Amino acid sequence: MSVELLNFIETVLNGLMSGVMYSLVALGFVLIFKASGVFNFAQGVFALFAALTLVGYQTGQVPFAHLINELFGTNYHNWYASMPNFLAILLTMVTMIALAWIIERLVLKHLVNQDPIILFMATIGLAFALEGVGDLMWGSDVKVLDVGIPSGGSIWLEEATIGLAAEGSDYYGMYVDVLNIWATVIAVILVVSLALFSQYTKTGRALRAVADDHQAALSVGISLRSIWILVWAISGFIAMVAGIMWGTESGVQFSLSLIALKALPVLILGGFTSIPGAIIGGLLIGVGEKLAEIYIGGYFETGALENWFAYVMALVFLLFRPQGLFGDKIIERV
Amino acid sequence: MRIKQLLIGMTASVIAVSGYVEMAIADLKFPMLVYRTGAYAPNGIPNADGFVDYYKMINARDGGIGGEKILHPECETGYKTQVGVECYEKNKKDAMVFQPMSTGITYQLIPKATADGVTVYSTGYGRTSAANGKVFKWVFNAPVTYWDGASIAVRHILKNNFGNIKGKKIALVYHNSAYGKEPIRTLQTLSKKHGFKLMLLPVDHPGQEQKATWLKIRKARPDNVLMWGWGVMNQVAIKSAASIKFPMDKFIGIWWSGSENDVLPAGQGAHGYKSLTFNAPGTNYQVHADIKKFVHDKGEASGDGSHFGTVLYNRGLFQAMVQVEAATVAQKIHGTSKITSAMYRDGFENINLSAKRLEELGFKDFAPPFKITCENHGGSGLAAVQQWDAKTKKWNMITEYMYGDSDVVQKLIAEDSSKYAAEQKIAERCG
Repeated sequence: MSVELLNFIETVLNGLMSGVMYSLVALGFVLIFKASGVFNFAQGVFALFAALTLVGYQTGQVPFAHLINELFGTNYHNWYASMPNFLAILLTMVTMIALAWIIERLVLKHLVNQDPIILFMATIGLAFALEGVGDLMWGSDVKVLDVGIPSGGSIWLEEATIGLAAEGSDYYGMYVDVLNIWATVIAVILVVSLALFSQYTKTGRALRAVADDHQAALSVGISLRSIWILVWAISGFIAMVAGIMWGTESGVQFSLSLIALKALPVLILGGFTSIPGAIIGGLLIGVGEKLAEIYIGGYFETGALENWFAYVMALVFLLFRPQGLFGDKIIERV
Repeated sequence: MRIKQLLIGMTASVIAVSGYVEMAIADLKFPMLVYRTGAYAPNGIPNADGFVDYYKMINARDGGIGGEKILHPECETGYKTQVGVECYEKNKKDAMVFQPMSTGITYQLIPKATADGVTVYSTGYGRTSAANGKVFKWVFNAPVTYWDGASIAVRHILKNNFGNIKGKKIALVYHNSAYGKEPIRTLQTLSKKHGFKLMLLPVDHPGQEQKATWLKIRKARPDNVLMWGWGVMNQVAIKSAASIKFPMDKFIGIWWSGSENDVLPAGQGAHGYKSLTFNAPGTNYQVHADIKKFVHDKGEASGDGSHFGTVLYNRGLFQAMVQVEAATVAQKIHGTSKITSAMYRDGFENINLSAKRLEELGFKDFAPPFKITCENHGGSGLAAVQQWDAKTKKWNMITEYMYGDSDVVQKLIAEDSSKYAAEQKIAERCG
């Protein structure tokens, strides 16, 4: 095989892996939008908050330490030296569920039957508020997140592919980050679990009923409020998974909240209401931007196509299929 | 009766407020443009803490500068250029100096501050050609500029290649902003001079995703990679370099890509990564002992005091020290402690931080000595290379402080500043 072809395959492979990382963020958006019609602008901050909380629990950080020390003149920073990963993840999940409950009580409950734009604006407010609370609770330092997921280039893949190039060619194997392989496996497990949950459990069916028609669901006795708490909690859990993956890659810091911007073109492409759409959209965006950066980036003096090419793809797609690949078709009867 | 009482009360309030304003004017105002929130906060916080702790120490230990207390109101920019300009407008009255902590903001403030007669000090960042004091009267960027930095990095590479880098490939991974683009011109000139091939790889803000950039590097296999990064871009780049097994000792960052924040997330993978620096890390200096005694031990530390001695905290100390020294020099020149913005600028232009003076200020061996003159606002142009030891989690200085390629840099500074002078119709000064 020629080195060029192998490099092309490597680019596609890495694009797919990056796409999975985007899909992890997009999934949270889709779940909430499907169930409540809310475009949750705070999903990126959810991921950040979950990752901050996880590191906080892992390292025994005292929440709101700065505030407490400032107010009472104390000097508390840590409860304990460390906590096992499993326990820290479990506690973070509990925190995210509590957060979902608080959001329902303080925000959503008061905005039932409001226009979607009002709910959207509320989530913008929520994003900023949550970012501030995260800062107060855990501080703004860059935090190292290690839950035991390996990272770095896959040596196995490198060795397995090094022989594929024509003899004598200057090639040293294909590169894929092990962290991204893990992210793919976790995303697959997540999607399958979500599908099984919504298909085969009573709560899952209730969730689908609410997603299909709020009024009809209410009329058969499904509690809209508990479904909303459930959906926000699930999307908080997904945000935690996304936060772990992204946080392992870059350290946990406040720029993590901007990963939400990576999910927007994915949603436009895949549709706001489709879980498979979020996955396929993510993969397409991932591959598209990597190919664009590597193969046409050189023709642009300013370069750095990787960040904005996804939006070009999304815009072009919007022109031809506004509802996205798998989104519900928009039909308005007069 | 009530109206009379109200009037008396109002008059008393006005007198009290004007008394306060009078007092405030007598103090020396050093407004701080900070970013303690947002994507770049992890770097902005330790740097701002360094500034604040130094000012507090001077106020506590010396009673201020020449008896005048330092006021240091903070304005949050979030590293956003527009917000930075608003912060400047809000705080420019009676201000001694602005340290924008962003090249983008610096570029915007240069014409404004020049018109307003306010000093701008961009320590080792901002517009490089502002080093030419003949054109940029109100702007200082000592002790070293980005163009010096680029040529010092190339000099280090030259040294490691026995003085010959012809045919070698050097990649520049840079923040796609005014800051990141600064070294390009110098590197292009140096590539012609030394015969190396330059690869330019921009990374958009914030730099969370750089996979394609590092795939390109993996394919092109440059001999060295230079980085002009900031914030999360640094952490992701260092981690990505480690992931593709790029030799870390051939990866050199500018001084804004060489803090503990940048290397810690990559763990052992960051071992051997290098960066330039113009100040030392650590706490073994008199200034740290004084800050501990007069600020931290009294529970007055900025933040939780956890950044004490880190690279960016120490840089904040250094920046604040230079700003305070300018006021001291101005007071001496003009024979008054109550200096104005214009007097302060005169002080800046006559700073002479010799080894002896640095020792007096508690900064012995902390940074190389430098002097500012009417012609030279860029200082000594000295920087050293430090290397990260992931095992001990410490930066170690591995070279002496060295000069860049002054032939190339000075020529570029002269060209760029002349162009600016022509555009802005500025007559050159300094005789």
